Amino acid sequence: MEDGNKFIEVRDLHVEFDVRAGIIKAVDGMWLEINRGQTVGVIGESGCGKSVTARAIMNMVPKPGKISGGEILYHRKNKDTGEVTTIDITKLDPDGEVIRQIRGGEIGMIFQEPMSSLTPVYTAGTHIYEAVSLHRLVPVKKVGDQMVETIMTYRKVTKQEAREIAIDMLRRVGIPKPDQRVDSYPHQLSGGQRQRVMIAIALSCEPEMLIADEPTTALDVSIEAQILDVMRELQHSVNMAIMFITHNLGVIAEMAEEIVVMYMGKQVERAKVVDLFYDPKHPYTQALLRSIPKIGKRGERLATIEGMVPDPFHLPTGCVFHPRCPMFMPGKCDRIVPTNKEVASNHWASCLLYEEV
Amino acid sequence: MVNYILRRLGYAVIMIVLVSFVGFCIIKLPPGDFLTQKLEQLRARGDRSAESQIEALRAKYGLDRPFMVQYTTWAVNFLKGDFGESFQYERPVKDLLGERLTMTVVLALATLIITWVLAIPLGVYSAVRQYSLGDQIITTISFIGIGIPGFLLALIILFFAIVVLNQDVLGLFSKEYIDAPWSVGKVIDLLKHLWIPALISAVTGTGGLIRIMRGNLLETMGQPFVEAARARGLRNRDVIWKHAVRVAINPLIVILGSEALPGIIGGNALVSIVLNLPTIGPLFVDSLRRLDMYLAGTCIVFFTILLLVGNLLADLVLAWVDPRIRLE
Ligand SMILES: Nc1ncnc2c1ncn2[C@@H]1O[C@H](COP(=O)(O)OP(=O)(O)OP(=O)(O)O)[C@@H](O)[C@H]1O
Ligand SMILES: [Mg+2]
Repeated sequence: MEDGNKFIEVRDLHVEFDVRAGIIKAVDGMWLEINRGQTVGVIGESGCGKSVTARAIMNMVPKPGKISGGEILYHRKNKDTGEVTTIDITKLDPDGEVIRQIRGGEIGMIFQEPMSSLTPVYTAGTHIYEAVSLHRLVPVKKVGDQMVETIMTYRKVTKQEAREIAIDMLRRVGIPKPDQRVDSYPHQLSGGQRQRVMIAIALSCEPEMLIADEPTTALDVSIEAQILDVMRELQHSVNMAIMFITHNLGVIAEMAEEIVVMYMGKQVERAKVVDLFYDPKHPYTQALLRSIPKIGKRGERLATIEGMVPDPFHLPTGCVFHPRCPMFMPGKCDRIVPTNKEVASNHWASCLLYEEV
Repeated sequence: MVNYILRRLGYAVIMIVLVSFVGFCIIKLPPGDFLTQKLEQLRARGDRSAESQIEALRAKYGLDRPFMVQYTTWAVNFLKGDFGESFQYERPVKDLLGERLTMTVVLALATLIITWVLAIPLGVYSAVRQYSLGDQIITTISFIGIGIPGFLLALIILFFAIVVLNQDVLGLFSKEYIDAPWSVGKVIDLLKHLWIPALISAVTGTGGLIRIMRGNLLETMGQPFVEAARARGLRNRDVIWKHAVRVAINPLIVILGSEALPGIIGGNALVSIVLNLPTIGPLFVDSLRRLDMYLAGTCIVFFTILLLVGNLLADLVLAWVDPRIRLE
């Protein structure tokens, strides 16, 4: 993996929610790497911290949560010069100029709740213009008479251009009659259409990375396939990275190259799709894969796996998975915290089965 | 949309007819009428021609005719712009109301504007800075505002203004302008006097509206579309005002028509009585006490019209700002 290709590195991220009953460690030492143009799937049971990690990357963890440790390195490439600068997103002012350029412009995000992610008083088009006028710039070539080199300058898109972009995006995500739908309000759109509008908004600024938090849950299978195609198409045309959060292992197998498995705010396993599906190393991943619904029932959520998710205020000692683990080794797993080890080539797991202790 | 407006106008007309009729009935409910009262007075003074005087008046005002005839005659004349005569002032109701009608509307509008101009930013601040010191101060003040009756506040301010500051807060005009024709000077003088009663009447409503705005906005800010707007790269100020507040304010417009306006008009009437303002309120209360039925009836009809027009305007504004209503 050469360095110039890295896009986002989440390093030992901690996010805490300070609620009345105590502190919830929603993300507790998370590691994640995403390269340019790469699709990384993130899976794990409900509540394991997938959405919180995604929000942390946008530096918009909601109150009463806060990033309490670690760093999120963003390797930002200048579009003209190709020069890469590294920014720690966790250190940015959450309402500052830099993070606002990143949000929507360089990293787009699609949220889990399609029904209410559009502002009810604005049309589909208005949402897209808003994003596009913040982030899309049109190059203007200024050619000076005596100048040898041309200087690139940029201007904002005009209203008319923004409208055309909006209609084009709606067409690409498969909304029928996009030139009319662009003026529709959210309540005039079906759930699936709203979700597609959300995707159109996120993709309209051609971000370098897309965070898709269960982007197709509300859609039927044929529309889902269409949306996934649009994402892949854009991914190829602008070399966009995707962080794909889902419960649907069928979809993730189709989309991702690499999969990260999360449990209790941590990465427990990371591998290429094929390796993970055919040779899962971590007992949690094994249990997760066993819980896949039978073939032909694609689209169903993961069945829950044996045992209860621990009480967030009384976390188990040692490996947090040990109370539910079929391979539990007394005296070891309840004492020692496992570290992330490369157990096979490009295959990482944090489990004491693979550690000499 | 046009249909909707026409339908609302139709309801409004029916409402005015009903209210005027019921109002008329209620005024007639107590035993006796204005002239019976007057007869007693004249007799007490030992006026010998009392009986015949009263009979003449009774015939003049049509009080000897059946109730329905009285009502219909009055209602038909009302439409022609003749509101009948006031018994106690022995003058046409129209002359009595005159500018008071305008002043009532002006005061109600001023109260409304002050309420919104104060409540919206304070409510927004309170919600955005939930649990901060500022929020706690605003919350305390708004509860006091809700709890304190307007007339009491008017009395307190009256006391302070007159006793402590030695300033004149009574009425809506300075002495030199009361009977003067309208001029720029008179308008400025009006504004100088207007803000005190408007502010007093606004206190209760403002307190309530701050609470509602704060509650609505807190709820709205938890909605996914607010987070989605932030994720598009909008600055916090735009996320709050263009998305959260823009949506959270719509229910306030509904309240404006249904609750806020009646409250404002009632509050204005009380404050007008305490501060002796030339609005319809004091005249109305007086007319009820004296069984001055045409005056009372006319006041009721105008209050109703004021409320219905306000309601209709609120509905129109709501339809204008909320596509869910407009495109229904
Ligand atoms: N606003 C909040 N206040 C308090 N706790 C929160 C909040 N948001 C998230 N959490 C906590 O963070 C943990 C992780 O939540 P997160 O939304 O990231 O889960 P998830 O993996 O996305 O689950 P799902 O698959 O259901 O979307 C949860 O256990 C929850 O208790
Ligand atoms: Mg989630």
